[in-house]
Amino acid sequence: MSVVEFFNMGGYAFYVWGSYGVTLLAFVIEILMVRHKRKITLQQVRLMREAGEEA
Amino acid sequence: MAINWFKYSAPSTFYGLAGKMIPWFAIPSVVLFAVGLYIGFFVAPVDAVQGEAYRIIFIHVPASILSMFLYLVMAGYAALGLIFNTRLSSMMATALAPTGAMFAFISLWTGALWGKPMWGAWWVWDARLTSELILLFLYFGFIALHASIDDPRRADRAAALLAIVGSVNVPIIYFSVKWWNTLHQGSTIKFTGTSMHVAMQEAMFITLLACWFYAVAMALIRVRSIILERERNNLWVSELKEVNS
Repeated sequence: MSVVEFFNMGGYAFYVWGSYGVTLLAFVIEILMVRHKRKITLQQVRLMREAGEEA
Repeated sequence: MAINWFKYSAPSTFYGLAGKMIPWFAIPSVVLFAVGLYIGFFVAPVDAVQGEAYRIIFIHVPASILSMFLYLVMAGYAALGLIFNTRLSSMMATALAPTGAMFAFISLWTGALWGKPMWGAWWVWDARLTSELILLFLYFGFIALHASIDDPRRADRAAALLAIVGSVNVPIIYFSVKWWNTLHQGSTIKFTGTSMHVAMQEAMFITLLACWFYAVAMALIRVRSIILERERNNLWVSELKEVNS
């Protein structure tokens, strides 16, 4: 099986790679979102603590 | 050996434990995806009827199973939180919802891309597809309802009720291919064994495991942020080294 044949997926390339491509995209977006949430939450906690220390 | 199970039901102790557990789920997930997709694309033979298009199964079936399984786990945690008033259970339910919704979306998306070449339609309003779409909306409803109520404990209770009532939809999805005459094919994995080629089965079970590990890792990362958010007025949070750095 050649590389071209492999990516052609017997004529179903759009459907097969469309499935796996969007799945990968969804995973990447979710990973970025949970990391962003962690960053934002830590920032908020730090701000709260600093505000508490000043008061 | 006496294990104090309740020790880790406190958000403060679970926060640290969850942090240690994340790599034990994230790394196996990557490895299992690599192995499962290698078998799925290079070892498993071409399907006699569907040609290469059937290879969508290695993500479609695991995503569909996970979307249903995660819903039941989420509803279970939500119910525990409602009955025993345990904060951490409710936090776990909230942490699982977005990942469950994502798997429901992947299930529908890959299903559409599989349906088009095999049935000639991206979408049909049959029982299997419609009940899976309802599952996605139940996840959205849970997330939106929880986000719309300011008091977190009240939000937990309201969202828990929605999750519990909505869980009747899961057996409907599962049995829909038996109860109604649908376009969707019957279950690939049956309790009496399967009709699949061994390499196809292996690839599917391995990617299913990979998805499960992935979901646990995501929920653990998310629940840590939720714990910090909701416990931020407590002393232990202000003493964390990641807060002080």
